Amino acid sequence: MVYELAQKDERVLFIGSDLGPGVLDDFKKNIPERFFMEGIAEQHIIGMAAGLAFDGFIPYVNTIAVFLTRRCFEQLALDLCLHDLPVKLIGNGGGLVYAPLGPTHQAIEDIGILRTLPNMTIVAPCDAEEMKRLIVASLQWPHPMYIRLAKGSDSIVSKPELGFEIGKGIQLKPTGEVLFVTTGITTQRALNAAKILVDEEIKCGVFHMHTIKPFDHEGLMQAAESAELIVTIEEHVLNGGLGSAVLEVFSDRGIIKKVVRLGIPDVFSEKYGSQDILMESFGLDSETIIEMVRLRL
Amino acid sequence: MNDIMHQAALDIPLDERSRYLRKMAVKTLESGKRAHLGSAMSIMEIIRVLYDDFLQYDVSNLNNPNRDRFILSKGHGCLAQYVVLADKGFFDNKELLKFCHEDSILGGHPEYGKIPGVEASTGALGHGMPIGVGMALAAKLQKRKSRVAVIVGDGETNEGSIWEAAMSAAKHKLSNLTVFIDYNKIQSYGFVSEVLNPEPIADKWTSFGFAVKEINGHDVNELKKQLSKLPYRNQKPTAFICHTIKGKGFPFAENDPTWHHKSNLSDADIQKMYDSI
Repeated sequence: MVYELAQKDERVLFIGSDLGPGVLDDFKKNIPERFFMEGIAEQHIIGMAAGLAFDGFIPYVNTIAVFLTRRCFEQLALDLCLHDLPVKLIGNGGGLVYAPLGPTHQAIEDIGILRTLPNMTIVAPCDAEEMKRLIVASLQWPHPMYIRLAKGSDSIVSKPELGFEIGKGIQLKPTGEVLFVTTGITTQRALNAAKILVDEEIKCGVFHMHTIKPFDHEGLMQAAESAELIVTIEEHVLNGGLGSAVLEVFSDRGIIKKVVRLGIPDVFSEKYGSQDILMESFGLDSETIIEMVRLRL
Repeated sequence: MNDIMHQAALDIPLDERSRYLRKMAVKTLESGKRAHLGSAMSIMEIIRVLYDDFLQYDVSNLNNPNRDRFILSKGHGCLAQYVVLADKGFFDNKELLKFCHEDSILGGHPEYGKIPGVEASTGALGHGMPIGVGMALAAKLQKRKSRVAVIVGDGETNEGSIWEAAMSAAKHKLSNLTVFIDYNKIQSYGFVSEVLNPEPIADKWTSFGFAVKEINGHDVNELKKQLSKLPYRNQKPTAFICHTIKGKGFPFAENDPTWHHKSNLSDADIQKMYDSI
């Protein structure tokens, strides 16, 4: 997708660290002057991207999400956010995608730490089709942006007719007595849960917040207005992520809502297996979501 | 070699312009009552020569894409950059008298977007070189003749990001990038040789792919002469190991780690500085 952007716009360039062999070969072959594989040097890569952005380039930086957020946090804060430069960060394996590789590779606090940075934008698309729409929109976005990628083969649930705008949540299912507020691939989990709960005559809406920062306060307020129970679902620690952002919106406006937050507790994962297995162990599967609704509604 | 170079840096007298810039520096810190005096005085001549004789810029057109870029990666030495920028007309001299005041554009570290002529906000160490590599690369990609000069502290080279950037600069054959290592041999805690020894410093930069030259960082004529020869090699970035003296020009502060940074400077301290010049 970045290759297509680069073909159309000479400002676009790609910077990777040490990705797998063959990544973006077409880009490298056809636009070699704007393709950089810079080695395992994330601090430098972010600074270099900033230097290029100062002079008009729009760098898309790609590596594993944990290395793009934990390793070079100061560079993100100062080189990108303090200067408010339009560098785009594409983090592979957001959340628990790299489950078998253990906690060193699981990006479970990326959203929380990046939410604290002024000028940073955070987007977690739910599927590959939404990612395509995001990449197109990202080109004109004038600020630093972190894109949290899932594994790429998740079921397509986004709908082109609902459009895509950075900073604007999407109501994928109308609000009932319950509203699921989701981001990334927890949207699929919520849609499944909503489908099953219909049979129990519990109507659940789904508000997909692909953009966690800037947060769509108004969209959330509207979506949540008629709901008796709000359930936030995130593949992220409960500290500082989507659920926290939702609570902040209600608290700041003095609105009392029943909110249940589902996410990863304040621990590193102790298991391997797969993304699905770890999500289940943290209660982020459709069955646990359904049980939580039955219990708390 | 180091001892001889260090002694030469200590011995070389300052000319009238260098003393004038130091007077401006004292006036500036007098209003803020604080500064990294030692860290700024070791780079005064490097910055002076850069702006007087090397960098291409136009104060009436600061965004000219063809300008040369200067990044003070060791942002805490900004007192020297502030007085030179004011002297060259980037902003009014009166701004110096508001150093570190609430409404000042001049804080304890230089900020992009606030101070005309500052190309990047620095202060946290190890950031200026990667940014400089990006700017030098951008110039090459856009076929501009812009050159990029970066000053890093000797203590700053403790940071791994400096060496990441050095490898990258060599990989991209950035002959338009020049790095000045302010080798004043003192960092915040004490002597660099004791905290984390950068030696063999010249060999290190050479092995990382730079054309390396050791010079007296207070010798204005030598600095001019060497800068006029850049680039030394068409396919390599350049590193100047600048032998300098922390606190140069203020005998009571020279080579004294306690003058790395001082706050709450007293009137007597300020007077002592004026008396030294």
